[in-house]
Amino acid sequence: MSVALLEARGLRKHFPLRGGVLQRTRAWVRAVDEVAFQVRAGETVGIVGESGCGKSTLARLLLRLVEPDAGHVWFDGEDVLRALPSRMKRLRRDMQLVFQDPHASLNPRLTIEDAVAFSLLVHGVRRAEAREKARMLLGRVGLDPRLYGRRYPHELSGGQRQRVNIARALVLDPKLLLLDEPVSSLDKSVQAQVLNLLQELKAERALTYVFISHDLNVIEYVSDRVLVMYLGRVVESGTADALAESPKHPYTQALYASAPSMDPDRRMERPPIAGDPPNPINPPSGCRFRTRCAFAMPKCAEAAPAPVAVAAGHDVACYLYDEVRT
Amino acid sequence: MSILALPTGVGVVVGAPLSYWRTVAWRLSRDRATLVAGSLLLLVVLSAVLAPWISPHDPNAGSIRQRLAEVGAPSHVLGTDEQGRDMLSRLLWGGRMTLLAGLTPVLVAFVLGTVLGVSAGYAGGITNTLVMRTMDIFYAFPAVLLAIAISGALGPGLPNTLISLSIVFIPRVVRVAESATVQVKGLEYVAAARASGAGVWQILRHHLLANILGPVLVFASTQVSLSIILAAGLSFLGLGVTPPAAEWGLMLNTLRQSIYVNAVVPALPGLAIFVTSMAFNLVSDGLRDAMEIRA
Amino acid sequence: MWRYVGRRLVLAIPTLLGASIIVFAMVHLAPGDPIAAVLPVDASKEQVEAVKKAYGFDKPLPVQYLKWLGRVVTGDLGKSIATRRAVILDVRDSLANSLVLAISSSVLAFGAGIALGLLAAFWQGRWLDKLASAVAVVGVSVPHYWAGIILIIIFSVQLNWLPAMGAAADGGIVAYLRHMTLPTIALALIPLGVIARVVRSAALDILAQEFVLALRAKGLGHRRVFTHVVKNSAPQIITVLGLQFGFQLGGSVLVEAVFSWPGTGYLLNLAIFQRDIPVLQGVILVLATFFVLLNLLVDVLQTYIDPRIARH
Repeated sequence: MSVALLEARGLRKHFPLRGGVLQRTRAWVRAVDEVAFQVRAGETVGIVGESGCGKSTLARLLLRLVEPDAGHVWFDGEDVLRALPSRMKRLRRDMQLVFQDPHASLNPRLTIEDAVAFSLLVHGVRRAEAREKARMLLGRVGLDPRLYGRRYPHELSGGQRQRVNIARALVLDPKLLLLDEPVSSLDKSVQAQVLNLLQELKAERALTYVFISHDLNVIEYVSDRVLVMYLGRVVESGTADALAESPKHPYTQALYASAPSMDPDRRMERPPIAGDPPNPINPPSGCRFRTRCAFAMPKCAEAAPAPVAVAAGHDVACYLYDEVRT
Repeated sequence: MSILALPTGVGVVVGAPLSYWRTVAWRLSRDRATLVAGSLLLLVVLSAVLAPWISPHDPNAGSIRQRLAEVGAPSHVLGTDEQGRDMLSRLLWGGRMTLLAGLTPVLVAFVLGTVLGVSAGYAGGITNTLVMRTMDIFYAFPAVLLAIAISGALGPGLPNTLISLSIVFIPRVVRVAESATVQVKGLEYVAAARASGAGVWQILRHHLLANILGPVLVFASTQVSLSIILAAGLSFLGLGVTPPAAEWGLMLNTLRQSIYVNAVVPALPGLAIFVTSMAFNLVSDGLRDAMEIRA
Repeated sequence: MWRYVGRRLVLAIPTLLGASIIVFAMVHLAPGDPIAAVLPVDASKEQVEAVKKAYGFDKPLPVQYLKWLGRVVTGDLGKSIATRRAVILDVRDSLANSLVLAISSSVLAFGAGIALGLLAAFWQGRWLDKLASAVAVVGVSVPHYWAGIILIIIFSVQLNWLPAMGAAADGGIVAYLRHMTLPTIALALIPLGVIARVVRSAALDILAQEFVLALRAKGLGHRRVFTHVVKNSAPQIITVLGLQFGFQLGGSVLVEAVFSWPGTGYLLNLAIFQRDIPVLQGVILVLATFFVLLNLLVDVLQTYIDPRIARH
């Protein structure tokens, strides 16, 4: 097994909910709870789950845009959460984030050329040089800098803005790109173009991707390995093929069954999971999926199941597979 | 900004993109009401600035034989006041005082209020609570009352008027700047800048200020009219500029006794306040419309 | 709902305390020795000593403040330098006159503003609508002290219809009403414009909704549609009305000065002239308290009408 480029262990973030006259903490939103995984150089790891399951918070924790409550993140062998500000600035060149909302992710007062060049200026590159590189990258993501460079975000379409976002993330020559729902707000046809662009760029620049999405089709299309998240916890992880062919966790099974598959043989008619996900403010005790799970047992309520390996590189956090462990 | 050299033969097909401020200027140039009000405002400001050169008489030289001359009197186009001083000259000079006393507090409040509001909004947490709760206290007073309370305690004089009016307007600007900052801070492009390793100052300068200064400036401009009315009002109460200086509010006050002798001349300083304040209101309305950001 | 009211009440306390600190600080803002600020110029040595002791000027500021606050809470606002009367008595009498003026001008402004707003919405885009917008712009731009003088020039000096000054407290109800008329009009100008604007846009919403509903669901009666929409726009209108009423009370200072109306503004004006700081403090503290409580009342009324607001 090659050395991990990114590794997270025991990552946790609970947001306080305040209320009352004295603004005391009333409850905690358990956004991310005890999440651990590895990303090897060159692969694409997909993270999939319903909205509100903590995917986006996880991305921000990995980049330390939000400070975790507990856990560790290593990038290229370096402890990210312990890095001093100057070192952190250096680390941020190597791990970049592409945002979900192409509206809010570009400063309306900067031309797209300046928006892309800004990251370089932050790292002390001279203005002319930064702009030159920004223009080159805009060209690479399919936006002719002569036509678009001096434009403002509001003059671009959603897909074009997302291309600008990608250019901005790549301008620092990062090793790792975290993509937080990069195509969710785009039309299907534009989605495909942007996904293909991302695949090309990955091969060209030897990038590593962490790809976050609620859309299983997109995740299956891009990922080598997949993590399935449910209410802040990873319930199953394995190669994209293994999960597609034999999903183990009842939630994963439901998720794959409900995805509008391109393959008619795999399509299912009935909705597999009943109800909405429970509120992350007061998640169920033990296994968080048990309230919607057809196989729930008494012990599911007692403690959260630890992940067990059902096959090489295929882990499931579910008591149904406990016998494998023993 | 450098202009990029296009290779010859490359035709830029699409209409040249307009920068934000050029769009605003273009929109303003098509808004007739705002243009008229703006010209009026320009006239008021110019005549105030040029008062020393264009006023026909010494504003403080009176003549007992020529008291309260009618509008249109020979050599006194707008008549004379209760001490026989030329009204036109006093109105021109008075405009200098009133504009100074009305504009300065808003300017001071714009600068200090933005600094405070942005700091509170960006820092969040306890700093925010502390600053914003303090500002709330000033909201316990209607503007007129707060101005009079502070001026009343400090005593008359132009500097005291400026201080008390600045205190009236600072909390208002802080509220607007704070809420704009909190809103922009939560947007993804700020997170993106942080993810690029940008420091606090770089984010403040390039991302926050650039996006909140416009709205805060527009808000400040809506306050100028009130500030002018209040500044003149304080002088009217005897709390502002001290005699014999010419100032519209003070002129209104001293001429008030003469309405039984001459009905038109005493109304003039108030008319000047009214017209100026309305022009500021119309211009700031037009500016706000023109600056509405479209996505 | 009651939780929310309780929370709002608790939050009003620090605001009131803060306001009291500002009012307390006024004595120390005044140029020169704070004793000079609360004493007549020709005070004797004994008076100086007595005041020093009474105000506790020898003690540290926080102690002075707490003692002062303790007196204020029990209704003791000190004594006027000019009249030697208890400030609370002067404030009480003048507050009654100010309230009368605030109420009458609010009634006028609300009535005329609502009528103007409705008419403007009904004839949207026509000359009446344009007139309403013009009135709104004039209302927020006009210095109301000047408007008062203009009213005096026209109705007192030229036409000789109405009295210009005072309140004629013992001249009977008709005289009192006649004295009230001009200051009421002058004070009503600002809220008139604001209210006309708000009512116009609310009424336009109603008309638009009624149109849509009439097409979509012919079963629902006009009146029910109207009440429904009025109920929905009520919180917005109540906020405006409440705030405007508060401004009337605080903003009447200048108008009262113009008409020599014996209200809080006139008292304040006198206090400024005589540098009577205790009176100045008393009036401002009472008016600020009124203003804060009024805002509170508006908030509570809003939640009563629209309970969703409480959850924010």
